[in-house]
Amino acid sequence: MVQLNNTNKSISRPFTITSILLLIVGMLFGIMGSLQYIIPGLLKEQLSFEKIRPMHVSSIIFWIIIGSVGSVFNYLQLHSQKKLYSRMLAKATFFIFSISIIVILFSYCFGIFGGREYWEFNPIIALPIFIGWILFMINFIKSIGSFRNQPVYVWMWLTGIFFFLFTFLESYLWLFPYFRNNIVNDMTIQWKSYGSMVGSWNMLLYGSSIFLMEKISDEKKYSSSPIAFALYFIGLFNLMFNWGHHIYTLPTYPFIKNISYLVSMTELLILGRIIFLWKSTLTKNLKHLNSITYRLILAADVWIFSTLLLAIAMSIPAINIYTHGTHITVAHTMGATIGINSFLLLAISFDILATHHNNDIGNKKYVNLGFWMTNISLFIFWISLIIAGIIKSKWQMTLNKEPFSTMMLQLKPFFIVFCISGMALFTGFILVISSLIKYHIFYKRK
Amino acid sequence: MIPEKRKMIVLLLLLFCYLLYSLILYSELPVKLYSKNKEGEIGKLVWQKYNCNSCHQLYGLGGYLGPDLTNVYSSRSKEYIKSFLMNGTATMPKFNINEYEINSLIQYFRSIDNSGKSDPRIFRIKTDGTIE
Repeated sequence: MVQLNNTNKSISRPFTITSILLLIVGMLFGIMGSLQYIIPGLLKEQLSFEKIRPMHVSSIIFWIIIGSVGSVFNYLQLHSQKKLYSRMLAKATFFIFSISIIVILFSYCFGIFGGREYWEFNPIIALPIFIGWILFMINFIKSIGSFRNQPVYVWMWLTGIFFFLFTFLESYLWLFPYFRNNIVNDMTIQWKSYGSMVGSWNMLLYGSSIFLMEKISDEKKYSSSPIAFALYFIGLFNLMFNWGHHIYTLPTYPFIKNISYLVSMTELLILGRIIFLWKSTLTKNLKHLNSITYRLILAADVWIFSTLLLAIAMSIPAINIYTHGTHITVAHTMGATIGINSFLLLAISFDILATHHNNDIGNKKYVNLGFWMTNISLFIFWISLIIAGIIKSKWQMTLNKEPFSTMMLQLKPFFIVFCISGMALFTGFILVISSLIKYHIFYKRK
Repeated sequence: MIPEKRKMIVLLLLLFCYLLYSLILYSELPVKLYSKNKEGEIGKLVWQKYNCNSCHQLYGLGGYLGPDLTNVYSSRSKEYIKSFLMNGTATMPKFNINEYEINSLIQYFRSIDNSGKSDPRIFRIKTDGTIE
């Protein structure tokens, strides 16, 4: 395998460092948002919740997107054993994304919104992001050259890039009155695009994770094996057709819901494989336990299991009517974003900024403390949201409901736990990240 | 190793199904089921302008700080909605919202209310796990 020199690695480093900054900023906005749950009216006139929430969501989504793009640039060069097609295009992608992110975050401060549920910003800023993505796509396709006999991670990167572009454009169909002017139609297309968009950045990230796992174990068999491709096609099938589980309660066509229900159940195959491989994963690679990169991947594996279990349950319409609109949905999103995406991205960041071969970094006191603090606080955070969700679900199903505000008061103790564990989670991440940055600066000097 | 050709066939088949599914959805949206309401259409843009989704839900989708507003039009009076929009609450800021925007937003609530019910209790669970 080719050893990249600093010049080549310098393409992915700015993406990785920016993405880490976005994670820190995103978590801070998250803490501020959670404080507004327990202290009503906090910063109501300056930074009210309708500003804080998109700041948090956009920062975290960009942490995943920018980090994933950086990882693809890095591993693509290692895989193809040659430099990128164009450093210039990569730099242009970086600057376009960075400026767009700054403009987006500032636009929220001034009350300029896109107003869509989940990921929103003014549609004008979507244009540079679209251009940046096209540049990234050109660079990827030109760098890879031939797509024949490529391992599964190259397929994942390519489908991730294509589907992000498609779903990103699709998420702006609301600009046309035909799609916008009926709430049911609008929400159907909105969740079609966003549901698949999440799958598209997961494709990029999981592709890079497979590359990294093979790099750690020094085995190249898995990424070309039939099982890897079978799981890839199950993932792609879900990316395309399982989004309907977001809108089971929407009065749209029943066939959308039935297709989604059936497709979502194929995820049981992925769950089965995780359980089947559990023991061997734990025993086979114990020699890597000192590596923080490996430990983060292992932690993500545990969170994949828990989150997938919850996701499959929520994909059953009979269960979904109880969980929909409650904090159980938030628990699922947080579990996936923090426990899976963030842990995997941090593992990749360690590989890019430091090197996974250096096991010493995993033994350091702060990294160890940070790792365990992050995992334990995430578990408490996750459980508090699930309990809050169960209470809200019970309220939703009650015939003579108490007022909404009374129900929210009942949830307050769980919001307090959620907020405190969120702060602990932030501290844990900072401990891990600060060690990484310190090591990166030291490593660079050396 | 799966032969390259077989992988390509599976990929192309999935892509074809996905694009076909997307086209069917775009062209066969249940748009004709509901009457059009010009003021409500403007109200939707007002809803987006103030980012109401951050705190409120429609059909259980949206933020969790405020209540679901899918059927607020039929469960509360216009005056009640108006006073909330004009004065805010302990958590909701007082927006600089004008009379025209308020009326448009109320019409938007009327359109949503006409489209269906968000109450999860209305669903009947079938033995195969589906709902109706």
